[in-house]
Amino acid sequence: MTAELGAFALALALALSIGQTALGLFGARRPALAGAASGASLGAFLCVTAAFAALMVAFVTSDFSVANVAANSNTAKPMLYKVAGAWGSHEGSMLLWCMALTGYGAAVAAFGRDLPLALRSRVIGVQGVLGVMFLAYTVFASNPLARLLDPPVEGRSLNPLLQDPALVLHPPFLYLGYVGFSVVFSFAVAALIGGRIDAAWARWVRPWTLAAWSMLTVGITLGSFWAYYELGWGGWWFWDPVENASFMPWLIGTALLHSAVVTEKRGALSGWTLFLALAAFTFSMLGAFLVRSGVLTSVHAFAVDPTRGALLLAILGAASGAGFALFAWRAPALQPGGLFAPVSRESLIVLNNIILTAATATVLLGTLYPLIREAMDGEAVSVGPPYFNLTFTPLMAVAFLILPFGPLTAWKRGDLGAAGQRLMLAAAAAIIFALATFALVSPRKALAAAGVALGFWLVFGALAEVAERTRAFRAPAAEVWRRLVGLPRGAWGMTLAHLGLGLFTLGAVFETAWKIEAAEALSLGGRIEVGAYSLTLDSVRTGEGPNYIAERGHVTVTHGGRVICEARPERRFYPTGKQTTSEVALCNRGLDQIYIVLGERRAGEGGRPAWLVRGYFNPWVQLIFLGPLLMAVGGLVSLSDRRLRLAAGRKAA
Amino acid sequence: MRRILAVIAGGLCIAAASDPAERLADPTQEAAAREIFEEVRCLVCQNESINDSDAELARDLRRVVREQVAAGRDPAQVKAFLTDRYGEYVLLKPAFSLGNAVLWLGPFAAVLAGLAFLALRVRRRDLAETLTVDEEARLARLLEDRDA
Repeated sequence: MTAELGAFALALALALSIGQTALGLFGARRPALAGAASGASLGAFLCVTAAFAALMVAFVTSDFSVANVAANSNTAKPMLYKVAGAWGSHEGSMLLWCMALTGYGAAVAAFGRDLPLALRSRVIGVQGVLGVMFLAYTVFASNPLARLLDPPVEGRSLNPLLQDPALVLHPPFLYLGYVGFSVVFSFAVAALIGGRIDAAWARWVRPWTLAAWSMLTVGITLGSFWAYYELGWGGWWFWDPVENASFMPWLIGTALLHSAVVTEKRGALSGWTLFLALAAFTFSMLGAFLVRSGVLTSVHAFAVDPTRGALLLAILGAASGAGFALFAWRAPALQPGGLFAPVSRESLIVLNNIILTAATATVLLGTLYPLIREAMDGEAVSVGPPYFNLTFTPLMAVAFLILPFGPLTAWKRGDLGAAGQRLMLAAAAAIIFALATFALVSPRKALAAAGVALGFWLVFGALAEVAERTRAFRAPAAEVWRRLVGLPRGAWGMTLAHLGLGLFTLGAVFETAWKIEAAEALSLGGRIEVGAYSLTLDSVRTGEGPNYIAERGHVTVTHGGRVICEARPERRFYPTGKQTTSEVALCNRGLDQIYIVLGERRAGEGGRPAWLVRGYFNPWVQLIFLGPLLMAVGGLVSLSDRRLRLAAGRKAA
Repeated sequence: MRRILAVIAGGLCIAAASDPAERLADPTQEAAAREIFEEVRCLVCQNESINDSDAELARDLRRVVREQVAAGRDPAQVKAFLTDRYGEYVLLKPAFSLGNAVLWLGPFAAVLAGLAFLALRVRRRDLAETLTVDEEARLARLLEDRDA
């Protein structure tokens, strides 16, 4: 019965979204209709939430008469993963997508009271259009609540690799990010319909962009962290098509964050900001298409048939096509905004945007190129990490070089020399650290040392900006403190985000350049050396988990004769899916990690059993995940800035 | 279903290249082989290099590469050997060839296009900042008034 109620609620949400669309688009000049549109958007959200709750109940109670539950759940699965199973499959995750989409629409209705009526009404209307498309797709082509005529006694279970706490949180964050850009998209379309885009518009768009971007940052980081410890060899980014699909909206969102600042503060680049606002959600939809259509081979693609992919492509074409057509038609009539000199903060942000957009184009090209080449001359090619390392990475390095100049250069007409002077100390420190790294860390790697310089340049550059704003080292301490406390949250947000980027760079460079790997088949009592650490396999016991049997290893990690960690890596076998997974053990040493994997059993010396034990020493690896988290925190701190929450009209004083 | 299985197979690929049973005795040769592994695709996996994959085929390819490296072949020769057998698909780093010009030049073209766009706009801005004919006339009149 619950499933039927859920299915009904989902259909009702579709009907409400249709109403929301009509009321919102026609309500721009009629307050009564606009109010009804808000109501409809709230209603649609509640209905999708109810449907989602129904699906969750079906998963929790292991109701295998629901096709989706039978295909993705199992009575032996731990409760947490039963719940998470609700969004673990294609259909369930589409429902989550719809919930986020209607949720954002409802949020505009609820929090957008200070928006001008016409704009708010149109935003809700456009959000309704998107809701109609995705809800119709879910109801008619991917209904997660469909029943089976002949329910099985036991379900098929979720891939055990996906049974992991990070993956419980990964999709919700990711979808809040992807779909968050839908609001920005709706704002852009609404502004194009209304024909007005100004500083106030940019100020309304920024919080939504910040929210979506922060969520997406967390989502991607969680996914990367999951890959790092779950796939069993410490890789954290593979340039896999699906990862790229999530990275492209992030890159465009980052560009948008910056250009929207220019539009808000200086009234310039409004056309470009609109373009990015449309592009961000377009890339989100492109990602959904790539992941769910099966056109690209990827480690994490959903198992989905091409027909559903074609439908998603149709949605993408209709929504983005309409958006960009409207842009082509209306944008030329937009008022050109404020002027700026070739050397100014505006120009530097434009450079940042050029590089970020080119980087996005590179990722897109690399991702789709196998398809393009195949269509061109039938030749099958692969585009893997080496390509991105040679193209994307240098582009980013240039962007990082420029970055610290941005916040220290004045709006409108800046002085690079003055900014350079203020950054002198940061540059000197970065070079000293890089030289020290080059001299002290073995093996010697010049390129990696340059990367270290870049990372410290970002870190010290961000700090130099705070020092400049607070007049540190120049004014009396009391005044510095007063200024420090008085810095707006937006400024802190930016500093944290740039700092996070620097930390990430340091982590990525160190981990990539100086990771140490060792593997050996060890009998009990056997030992391998991983850099300065030595790993002893003390025991291996068999045990049982809720839905798996395991070999549990006990590895003692010592450093200079001192025990620093008792690691317990596991090798699990899931009988339902006949799959083996490996649970790695991680030992933290400051920012470094020792990463231990228990491998297969094989015959050792003298017929004694032995296990393949792999150990990795991953220097500074924690920064790879802490850096992006700091960036997301920066986004949220910015979001909490009072200025962004106040209605622009009221703030005019 | 096959896709699901492939995903699972992909997931199981666990840093296979470091297996001591496969290693070459000479550490420099082993390091050279490992560098090549990173650029060779495990053909039956979902987008993984043979360095990371535990699939049967990846194992075979690693053996082939190691044998060739041990026989003193350089990386270019090893890659040529592989592409002769499996086509360009086997390389994760596409060749710098005319057919791949779009791929390799695309990123640079994108940056140049962006910079050209910026330059054009700055130029147009300059024009906008210069005075219109009417304004020129008015300015001339004002200057005349002052001189008079």
